Amino acid sequence: MMLPGFPDAQPLQGALGGVLIGLAAALMLLGSGRIAGVSGIVARGTRIASGDMSMTSAWGFLVGLPLGALLAALTVDREPASFASWPVLVAAGLLVGFGTRMGSGCTSGHGVCGVSRLSQRSILATASFIAAGIVTVFIQSRIGG
Amino acid sequence: MSLARKLLPPLVSGTLFGAGLTVSGMTDPARVRGFLDVFGAWDPTLVFVMGAAVLVMAVAWRIRQRMGTPAFAERFSLPDRNDLDVRLISGSILFGIGWGIAGLCPGPAVASLALSPLSVLPFVLAMLAGMAVQQFVSLMPRRRQTVQE
Repeated sequence: MMLPGFPDAQPLQGALGGVLIGLAAALMLLGSGRIAGVSGIVARGTRIASGDMSMTSAWGFLVGLPLGALLAALTVDREPASFASWPVLVAAGLLVGFGTRMGSGCTSGHGVCGVSRLSQRSILATASFIAAGIVTVFIQSRIGG
Repeated sequence: MSLARKLLPPLVSGTLFGAGLTVSGMTDPARVRGFLDVFGAWDPTLVFVMGAAVLVMAVAWRIRQRMGTPAFAERFSLPDRNDLDVRLISGSILFGIGWGIAGLCPGPAVASLALSPLSVLPFVLAMLAGMAVQQFVSLMPRRRQTVQE
């Protein structure tokens, strides 16, 4: 399906993927009684942060992520993704790692789980990182990205 | 049984999550940056991803209200803070800058370890380093934290 005015948009694939992500977060909540926040689970699984989530549960989720990506990539046709050069990736990775821990969450924990719960903290966090991302991409496009 | 109860729901959840990220195209940094490029060639796909995920989760929160305990665990372990502080906002802004620079956030980065392992590895390693640095820094200045809290 095409979205008038936005030739690159993939609304149907987006919504279908979003439903899968929602079901994933719902299973985590109703099954394990937890938030499916990827940054928190990564920090827990690597023992960077302490917490009461078991290593078994954290690694179950962390192994599932690439496994699901692989299964989906075998099913749907996707162009190969293009990544930035490694110095850019390292700078961005440091900011993402530091920022998600400092702000207690990322797009999954705050953006999906928190916003759907109408958590004020998560709505503010989500608005902050989307705004910062928009400004960053704008500045990058101005300095010739 | 206990191992299965601990392992299986997160494993299935992670698998659904990784599949959802791939199906929606969110494992492609260019598509994520297209969403953030509101003053350029804006790509609204992420609105549909986030919208659908939030709608499904809103129903799950309703169901949760009627559940005493989760299906495969003894109790719910959910964040209960509702205060707004500087850490939350500044951390989220730093994350947003990194997200904008590379078009990657933690979920798609870990999922991409299966799709483009070598391309995404520098990001994942740097992300772990950033997390460790933040953990170290947050434990250091005890005095300032006590004043803030």
